[in-house]
Amino acid sequence: MTGRRIGVVVCQCGGNISDYVDTERVRAAVAKEGDVVAAHVEMFACSDAAQQNAIQEIREKKLDGIVVCSCSPKLHTATFRAMAERAGLNPYEYTQVNIREQDSWAHTHDREGATRKAIQLARSGVAKTALSEPLTPTRVETTPQAVVVGAGIAGLRAALSLSDLGISVHLVEKAEAPGGQVVRWGRIFPNDKVGRTLVDGLVAEVRRRENIQLYTSTELVEKKGRLGAFEVTLKTAAGATIPLKVGAIVVATGFEPYTPAPGEFGYGLEGVLTLPEFKELVAAHPGPLVYHGREVRTVAYIYCVGSRDASSGSPRTYCSRYCCSATSHIATVVQGLDPSVHQFHLFRDIRTYGRYEALYDRALRGGSVFLRYSEEAPPTVRAENGSLVLNVRDQLLAGEDVELRPDLVVLVTGMVPRSNEGLVKALKLPLGQDGFFHEVHVKLRPVETVVDGVFIVGTAQGPKNVAESVASALAGVSKAGALLLKGYVDLDPLVARVDPALCVYCDECTKACPYGAIDRVQYGDREVAEVNGVLCKGEGACVPACPKEAVSLRGYSNEQITSMIDALVKEVA
Amino acid sequence: MTASMPAPERHPRVLVFSTNAISDMGIDLAGSAHMNYPVGVEVIAVPCSGGINPRWIVHAIDAGFDGVFVAADGPECSYLSDCVARTAHVVDRAQALLRERGQDPARVKTAAICSVCSEPFVHHMVQFTKALEGLGAHPTALPAVAAGTA
Repeated sequence: MTGRRIGVVVCQCGGNISDYVDTERVRAAVAKEGDVVAAHVEMFACSDAAQQNAIQEIREKKLDGIVVCSCSPKLHTATFRAMAERAGLNPYEYTQVNIREQDSWAHTHDREGATRKAIQLARSGVAKTALSEPLTPTRVETTPQAVVVGAGIAGLRAALSLSDLGISVHLVEKAEAPGGQVVRWGRIFPNDKVGRTLVDGLVAEVRRRENIQLYTSTELVEKKGRLGAFEVTLKTAAGATIPLKVGAIVVATGFEPYTPAPGEFGYGLEGVLTLPEFKELVAAHPGPLVYHGREVRTVAYIYCVGSRDASSGSPRTYCSRYCCSATSHIATVVQGLDPSVHQFHLFRDIRTYGRYEALYDRALRGGSVFLRYSEEAPPTVRAENGSLVLNVRDQLLAGEDVELRPDLVVLVTGMVPRSNEGLVKALKLPLGQDGFFHEVHVKLRPVETVVDGVFIVGTAQGPKNVAESVASALAGVSKAGALLLKGYVDLDPLVARVDPALCVYCDECTKACPYGAIDRVQYGDREVAEVNGVLCKGEGACVPACPKEAVSLRGYSNEQITSMIDALVKEVA
Repeated sequence: MTASMPAPERHPRVLVFSTNAISDMGIDLAGSAHMNYPVGVEVIAVPCSGGINPRWIVHAIDAGFDGVFVAADGPECSYLSDCVARTAHVVDRAQALLRERGQDPARVKTAAICSVCSEPFVHHMVQFTKALEGLGAHPTALPAVAAGTA
């Protein structure tokens, strides 16, 4: 017992925890711990009402530490630190214990085991909190500039909106010209605008802005520094390097269209195109469609090519979201060019969600025929005497075999992640299982990454249509803007410190620190090491180097870690 | 185990040191995907695997954990470009300390676990738990803890 007054909240997460863990037993067990003076269960600890309860408890019971046993700290550390602060508690005297991702969800078939583990983890959180200390973040200035990587529609929009906020923008594009994928697509849904016109408008505006610098044929190759004060290096195709100081990085590198394998639904045969290729063909024709000198009378679309692939090990299990609406839309464009063209849509499911349903409706009323195929019996495409033959088993006609002889087969291909190895390496951003950049939380923090100050927007994060990409870009702008307009950032004070009473200045910590964050200072009549809190990154490289255990990390001290271990091994009744 | 007195089933206890920005995310992902791994596995997250004090590892074994697994940052560490070598050094030192004390250095294991390495993590936990079962209980091993139904 340390004489602390610690409160514990055990979250049920609406069943995500309580379906697999006896939360009441966890509460009762942890309530018996020496330093715990209050413990209660909440259905959702992160809800406003639950936070109000916790704040009231902190105030009424004069708590000096709080432990929330809930989800991963990646989700709600900021939420509960802010809650602690509102209650008048130092935010660093709050500890989050992960009993969801690392307990209830990992032991779904072992309620007894998961409950015991939750008790041990909760006790360990209490042990850590009992040795916590009030800390003040280090406040440092931010650079009011941002770099936006990728000048497609999301990057262009992000650059303009950051510029609107008064933030200087370096807009970096790998290709020779800005515009990304949208420029090639002709008319796009939902408003039937021409991609090129849309992009040209944005690019012209970007060039007009004094606080936007556009770099084409240029890549971001290096990132150093921290949130609010990154040092990035750009490299031009000619090999010149450009160093920049920026406060935030917005990644808008977009996607690549899926390229079918040779032979996949006849890809490679004359007359078999992907959706982007077909859109380019349509964009090039003001009148009736002509392909290789032949008038196009019949078009067959095969949906979900390369998407929703459930086969084992495929990274493309996801729906690409935009393709159903884009195909319904292009069908209405083709109808407009020549109403006598026959169009057949071979789909698995039509996902023209929200108002895009109107596009499907227009295509249907305009004469498009929709045939549903099953994943188990996909359509086949072959060439016969110079023409294409397509066979499909139509589920809506009770499995009847239908044979079509279309002039064109359009493979409705989805989105795949861009290969961005250099950028991934430079920014050290994690990728999701689908290969797109991985956000912290798809709903709660959709444009933030584990690297503070680096935001992912548009289709770099996952498949989106143009409107969704732009919305995502604006979300990234809000986050970067909120960070940079404040003018300062509070850095985690969880940095190293030296106990001068133990330090004999052997120099080992200085050698171990790659950031030059350790100074030599006078302490009474001898010299000792001292940590520079602004330069220290808090990774703890100095900790194992110190032979006297004089160096430790705040929040991860030797005493805290060993007492957490002791709490974990304590027997559960 | 004798026929007259069946001992309660005992699962090896494994302490995992994970890292906040990288391996803890991979371990979270395993849970998010409901990939079950042995319930004797418990995690303490630290900022970087290159900053682990070897004494913590020895303390965990002394306290009763059957094994310690360092889920290292690997080459993706955003703090230390030589994190792999530093983490290996930490583990080597911990193993040397165990050896000095007559304990089996095989009780400590490390592997890089990336932020999406959910499957490799689960695989390591299953394999390590099996390996620890093979080593038998160490002198300070705890009685049956976390003995669940599965």
